Amino acid sequence: MTHLVAGADVGGTFTDLVILDPATGEVRLAKTPTTHNPKTGGQAEGVLAALSKSGTPLCDLALIVHGTTTTTNAVLERKLARTGLITTMGFRDVLELGRRTRPNAYGMTGEFIPIIPRDLRLEVTERMDAKGRILTPLDEDELRRNVTKLAKMGCESLVIHFLHAYANPMHELLAAQIAGEIWSTQYITCGHALLSESREYERGVTAAVNASVQPLLERYVQSLATALRAKGYRHDLLVMNGNGGMVPASQVSAEAVKTVMSGPASGVMAAVATGRRAGIPNLITYDMGGTSTDVALIKNASAPVSNEIELEYAMPIHVPMVDVRTVGAGGGSIARVDAGGMLRVGPRSAGSSPGPICYGNGGTEPTISDANLLLGRLPAARFGENQAQLSAIFETKIGKPLGLSVQAAAEAVIRIANTHMAGAIRMVSLSLGADPRDFALFAFGGAGPLHATALAAELGIPRVLVPARPGMSNALGCVVADLRHDAVRTLSRPLDGVDMTKVHAVLADQITQGTDRIKAAGIELTKIRTELSADMQFIGQTHLLRVPLPNAAPTREELQQRFEAAYHARFRVNLPTIRANLVNLNTSVIGERPQMDLSRLIDPSERLAKATPRTTRPVWFNGWVETPVYWRDHLPLDLTLRGPALIEQMDCTTLIHPGCTVTSDADGNLIIEVPHA
Amino acid sequence: MPETGSNTTKIDPITLAVIQAGLQQCCDEMDLTFSRAAFSPVIAEADDRSDGIYSAADGSLIAQGAKGLPVFVGTMQFSTRHIITRIASGETLPPEPGDIYIVNDPYLGGTHLMDVRFAMPFYRDGQIYCWLSNTGHWPDTGGAVPGGFSASATAAEQEGLRLPPIKLFKKGVLDTEIWQVICSNIRVSEQRIGDVQAQASALLVGADRLTELLNRYSDATVTAAIAEIRTLAAAQMRTKIALIPEGSYSARAFIDSDGVVNEPLTIALKVTRHGEKLSFDFTGSSPPCAGPMNSVQATTFSSVYLALRHIFPDVPLSAGAFEPLTIIGHEGTFLDAHYPRPVSGCAAEVSQRIAEAVFAALVQAIPQHVTAAPAGTSGNFGLGGHDPEKGRDFVMYQISGGGYGGNAYHDGLSNGCSTIGISKAPPVEIMEQNFPVLYRRYALHEGSGGAGEHRGGFGLDYEIELLRGTARASFVMDHGRTGPQGAMGGKDGAVNSVEITRNGEVFIPPHLSKAQDIALGPGDRVRVRTPGGGGYGDPAKRDPALIEEDIRLGRYTPEQAANLFPVKP
Repeated sequence: MTHLVAGADVGGTFTDLVILDPATGEVRLAKTPTTHNPKTGGQAEGVLAALSKSGTPLCDLALIVHGTTTTTNAVLERKLARTGLITTMGFRDVLELGRRTRPNAYGMTGEFIPIIPRDLRLEVTERMDAKGRILTPLDEDELRRNVTKLAKMGCESLVIHFLHAYANPMHELLAAQIAGEIWSTQYITCGHALLSESREYERGVTAAVNASVQPLLERYVQSLATALRAKGYRHDLLVMNGNGGMVPASQVSAEAVKTVMSGPASGVMAAVATGRRAGIPNLITYDMGGTSTDVALIKNASAPVSNEIELEYAMPIHVPMVDVRTVGAGGGSIARVDAGGMLRVGPRSAGSSPGPICYGNGGTEPTISDANLLLGRLPAARFGENQAQLSAIFETKIGKPLGLSVQAAAEAVIRIANTHMAGAIRMVSLSLGADPRDFALFAFGGAGPLHATALAAELGIPRVLVPARPGMSNALGCVVADLRHDAVRTLSRPLDGVDMTKVHAVLADQITQGTDRIKAAGIELTKIRTELSADMQFIGQTHLLRVPLPNAAPTREELQQRFEAAYHARFRVNLPTIRANLVNLNTSVIGERPQMDLSRLIDPSERLAKATPRTTRPVWFNGWVETPVYWRDHLPLDLTLRGPALIEQMDCTTLIHPGCTVTSDADGNLIIEVPHA
Repeated sequence: MPETGSNTTKIDPITLAVIQAGLQQCCDEMDLTFSRAAFSPVIAEADDRSDGIYSAADGSLIAQGAKGLPVFVGTMQFSTRHIITRIASGETLPPEPGDIYIVNDPYLGGTHLMDVRFAMPFYRDGQIYCWLSNTGHWPDTGGAVPGGFSASATAAEQEGLRLPPIKLFKKGVLDTEIWQVICSNIRVSEQRIGDVQAQASALLVGADRLTELLNRYSDATVTAAIAEIRTLAAAQMRTKIALIPEGSYSARAFIDSDGVVNEPLTIALKVTRHGEKLSFDFTGSSPPCAGPMNSVQATTFSSVYLALRHIFPDVPLSAGAFEPLTIIGHEGTFLDAHYPRPVSGCAAEVSQRIAEAVFAALVQAIPQHVTAAPAGTSGNFGLGGHDPEKGRDFVMYQISGGGYGGNAYHDGLSNGCSTIGISKAPPVEIMEQNFPVLYRRYALHEGSGGAGEHRGGFGLDYEIELLRGTARASFVMDHGRTGPQGAMGGKDGAVNSVEITRNGEVFIPPHLSKAQDIALGPGDRVRVRTPGGGGYGDPAKRDPALIEEDIRLGRYTPEQAANLFPVKP
């Protein structure tokens, strides 16, 4: 028995493990505290502990897929490998100057720390123009001197980033070759290699992040792979990328920047797989955790990918990644009555330490989670130890100033939080050209299923899907994800003047390269498919519209028609007199893995013939209502329940509002119909 | 808790907060629609636009999009008020459902001519319930120079086409005759129809969203909520005012020159907190000037509002927030210009200098809440000419940021955008793709951060070479004579400088930060160094390790550091 597939995802607090038997659908789950080894920056101990806890011998595993936050944390905390930059004369400060912004529209404060410090940013004489013509040849002696200098200053990696290298990479390639001859580092990143697109800040940051997390990721992944081998695992370790696909550990550090944002991406991949099996291809994912809420829009059972993700203020990572937007509030968001007497929730958060009052870790500010507890929506048995203190705080800080009872105050907090989250979700959806009412809400994360039905009602969304294991979606995403390789090529030419044979050649080349990379992984695949698209705009515009391509040899007329159709669908405007620009050609090659059987994520032997509440308890819906409480694992598949109800499971509670109807699908996903007036 | 609040509330606090969020989202959706559909990069990329909801009675601000350009805080309530008054007096045709008025007259509640406002009456049961208005910065509205920023205009007519409030859309249909008149008077008019559609459809989206809100909560409830939100915003502003110790705080800010007469203009400001009121007295400021550095009343008021919003960002945007504020003494000064005074510099430069005066006055009163002066200039460098390689004319703008002021907690940010803007700078690579120029340098303005315990941020130092053809350069910048002010013992940031090299000879414009139509040929260069932010606190108190680090990173030379940061005895 060596065919089991394991997904191990490291989150802020817990490391989750899902082991799935593709033959039988049998599942094993484990949760262990996340570890941070200060020496390796790695999280291997937690992963190994989870594997050991699952009781599965590693020799039984055919595949381990790992989602790690190593690179994300390294960037956010600026605990990076010492990295040097060689750049065009006159431009070493690009990485520090940014795009001339400030963190907030109002308030002239805030700080910014560049990825590479100024003394490790050196210039060399060389220059291309915007068409890629050499204006000044590369000064090779100066380059050698500066590379040597950076090596002596203790750098471990190197970025070579020249102006207009997207138009002509010759100088970058030459510089990389020379640097490689005189310096033994294996970590050299050329700006054009990851992102062949104009915009020197975005390309430079992407390259700089890549180089400065490369050694960290490589060391961590190799140490984990070695430890797994020592315990009997005999195959390649695979690592999740932010594009929602996986890559072999041996390839991952070359494009280390792509692992940034891999956690949220795997959650979306779990939603895609779950939705596909449930026959619900259009989903808004709603992942509410302790400090933040992430949202993504899934259309036609495929994950949304964007090349323009911003990891934090002034930190653009412009490689294709699953388009997940953080919309603010989490369970730890703090409620207060402002000086004008208006109730507000967030943006301040109690985070995970001290966390909400109900965690009992010294939190003293009223939060969303505390409000849920006061309303009977979270199990008092787990969180309710200091309920008296909690009530007193809500009374003083919220109830009294607003003239409300404790429960009404708690309900107000939830209502305001939901209103803002709904507004944020609507804005995300509209900015992507979609009406939220055409989607089902896929609720996961610790707190998502607690708020989902109310949000759906607010947004006019007819249906909520709560997956079998809402608290382990990221690990599940690792199990179900495909292999994926993305390529972007910038042409930026008026469509009527572009050389179509070149367009076809670029697409063909991208497909070949991607396919070779996928095949090299040596993983069992059912098929390899490609997704082709063009980013286009009307001449004079700055925003891009993504247009799917029918095949790898589209005609000029097809491109024009498809662009006009997409533009009209998005903006309801026809602009026949204005010419179109072809900006980027995008290719994704996807190696599809065998579909996983997700019907046993909840052990079928636990299911009972009839839905029977374990207990009832009063829950506040404009007043106390005695509400049945079900244990999720005991619910039958031919379920029909009417709200109000609470459905509890190991790490999550689903709240069903009065008037809603709950059924189950064959995989044990809860499908909640939300009535609308 | 303050005494104001729910005791006087007639509407339940939850519904109130939900309606407030609903009005806000309505405006945010208008902002989003406008930017996403607009053609002009000034709107689409730089977000130089704003959308809001205004009262039917007097145009006062009900709600405004959170992502609107800061300089538009409060301006549209003045232009909407002018439309309402002119309709009442018969100067402007009365509205009908589906009408959209267009207006860009600076003297009727505006900024400069390029900021074109649309206003649409929103009807319920046949009555105007409120106005939906927005502003977008058009790339050109005619006038002497492309883009409208003439540094030496002496009358409004030289600055462009001026439109009083007229109906551009009548019962939902674009008036093509008016549109043709506009197109015949502005440059690059072909793409403007895309912007006009975007600007109008933003208002229509707002109307849809507002209709939903009213249908859901009833007109009476929403009306009550709007009144209550205004009361609460006023109460919140008063609690902020209470942080300021009773008394008067004076400050001055200077504009290098008006672009025509080479003498500095003075903004004299006295801020007085008296009880729950805060007054801003501009008595003693310079008289109206000959060149385009005049401000109109709406812009002067908005500049005060925007400065306060930078200081107290959590007070909601509502007319209520402005109630406890009085602005006086501007009459007869260059901060209250009337026709035909030229005003193109008001939105980009004078506004920031007014904000600087507000910061400099209030930092004395509430030093924990206010920063030393930021660079405070938009650094507008325009280059227009002919590109022989592409066989066409071009107009290029390089708008720059500078260092921010230090504050009680940390050093100022380097290369932040203007006080009144939020846009991103265009990448050098895209500028070089579009225009026949080559950037020789795009770097930190070394040594520019004002000394202080927390020093100012650094400005930008760039140099552009014209590659081919001929071109004319114009500059509308500021802070060339005096740097952004330090605070609490901190020193001023470095000044802005413009240096032009023609045929190998260096030329410094007489007005330092302003010049127009300087002819350039191939190989000629323009170097601009933008201001650093003011320092905060006594430089002698700065942590020596931080001074050492700035030297190691080359931000200051050892000599500069020795001069700027005296060693503690």
